[in-house]
Amino acid sequence: MSNAYVISLLTIVLLFTFMGQSWNLMLGIGGQLSIGHALFVGIGAYAVAILNIKYGLTPWIGLLLGAVIAGFVGAVLAWLSFRFEVRGIYFALLTIAAAEFARIMFGGWNYVGGMQGLFYQAPSATMDLGMLRGDARFYYFVALALAAIGVAGTELISRSYWGYVWRAMRDDDEAARALGVRTFRHKVLVVSISAATAAVGGGVLGLVQGAIFPDSIMGMAISVDVLIGPVVGGLGTAFGPLVGSMAAIPLHHAMGALGDSLGLPGLNSVAYGAVLILVVWFLPDGIWPAIVRLYGAIQLPARGRISQLRKVEE
Amino acid sequence: MLSLWLNVITGGVLIGLVYGLVALGLTIIFGVMRVVNFAHGEMVVFGIYIGYWTVRIWDVPIVLAAVIAAVVMFVFGYLLETLVVKRFVNRPHHYQFIVFIGLSLLFSGVLLMSFGPDPRPTASQLSFQTVSVGPLTLDWARIQAAATAGLLIAALGAYLKYSAFGRSLRGAANNRLGGLVVGLNIPRVYAVTFGIGAACAGVAGALISPLFDAQPYLAVDFTLLAFVTVIVGGLGSFGGALLGGLTIGVAEAIAALMFTPSMKTALPYALLIIILIFRPRGFFGAKDI
Repeated sequence: MSNAYVISLLTIVLLFTFMGQSWNLMLGIGGQLSIGHALFVGIGAYAVAILNIKYGLTPWIGLLLGAVIAGFVGAVLAWLSFRFEVRGIYFALLTIAAAEFARIMFGGWNYVGGMQGLFYQAPSATMDLGMLRGDARFYYFVALALAAIGVAGTELISRSYWGYVWRAMRDDDEAARALGVRTFRHKVLVVSISAATAAVGGGVLGLVQGAIFPDSIMGMAISVDVLIGPVVGGLGTAFGPLVGSMAAIPLHHAMGALGDSLGLPGLNSVAYGAVLILVVWFLPDGIWPAIVRLYGAIQLPARGRISQLRKVEE
Repeated sequence: MLSLWLNVITGGVLIGLVYGLVALGLTIIFGVMRVVNFAHGEMVVFGIYIGYWTVRIWDVPIVLAAVIAAVVMFVFGYLLETLVVKRFVNRPHHYQFIVFIGLSLLFSGVLLMSFGPDPRPTASQLSFQTVSVGPLTLDWARIQAAATAGLLIAALGAYLKYSAFGRSLRGAANNRLGGLVVGLNIPRVYAVTFGIGAACAGVAGALISPLFDAQPYLAVDFTLLAFVTVIVGGLGSFGGALLGGLTIGVAEAIAALMFTPSMKTALPYALLIIILIFRPRGFFGAKDI
């Protein structure tokens, strides 16, 4: 394992920590299940790529624009769904359908490169923060900063007024409404914020990968990569997505490499699947809360264990 | 021109019956157990591989391959329910979804490891035989698949309506606690239900193996197709699955004629988004979940 490999792997882990936080915000705190986060990741990646590759604009503008568009798309999706009482698994299915629809549409859209995708220029050795250009080490620090912002952001939101409101509506929608919370408005808000942050992660992911294709940046695999960190690490916690991504993504890559060397494609997928099943089976709260309970030193804030929720729809 | 349209729409209806069977498997599992089988597409693909291998090795007619697929997949579904799914039936929806995403990844990984990524065509004579009825020219594989699927759907419907097991299944679906009180063996009902659902997917897979080359990557498409079908018809509704299947089959066939291939695959999702937004429970959907 070379140094460069470790750095690029850690960059991916940290980027998915950040995107995992955005997903975590939506389900772990807001109570809305998305299986189509690839939609928002893809919007962010395309916004940055189109502005940068076609018009030479700095990725900063792309990140901002991508976040705005994704936030808007998320808000519209949530508004339409919750307006018409599309909830629970129906909402989850709607997110998948929207992501798959967008993936196919982007694949057939020549302006954004279609199935051939878009390519960034080869990375330069000189670091340029204004244009977000640099070598692998530069992107590692960008990802590290994003992950830190994600963890801190989740922690801050958890302790804020909105955090309490969102957890209240996650745990009992009707009770929250009875207390005067406008849950409809807050659900749209949490989906929109989650979408916007996922798009920022997607924009940076596209830069790091150097090229984007609809199937790789908007496919189901991205949605799974986004959700695996928080699920494995611990839903609704600030450190869960970090711990989960650290555990699951290197395993995925290692199994992929092992599978390739053994001539067994699909081994990485088996490893991912097994991890998901085993975690939900034996550690339904995820790894991080288990560590906290084991060592007992750190007190988890009173936030309710999400695995003990009653079934949302009953 | 008219005969072209007639041909296309009839072809859509025929494949729609098979889609209906796929969707029926998903809907039965959901209706009784209230879990959404996200690994349903993998079960269809298992069926396609069973069709491929049985035709390859024994050169059996496709209907016999479907019977073999039914038995194998029923046992598979029964065991999967008793060993894994059972533990997650009463957990919140997002946990069930995540477990099934895990199962789906596991199965598709196993398929890739076992058979590799290359498509395997079931080189059956059926694929090349056609039948002419008036202005229609239809391929025999499609007719056979549709006829078998239609018969099976009817038989399953009758079985669930009139048999003792059908009654207990419906009882378990309507009121789990009540079923337990009157002495229903709920765990067994659940295991058999899951077996039936898996068998529906497997049979549908075997039936379409002359039409779709066996390939692990097909699974995601079939899972999503089954969701679309079921939601268009109404999750948990028997008639809805059939109607949804026919709708999607015909819509796809028409789209194939009118749009480019990539747009054709997008159509079901567009349909799903529209239906979910304006009629969230589908045509015949259950009241709530």
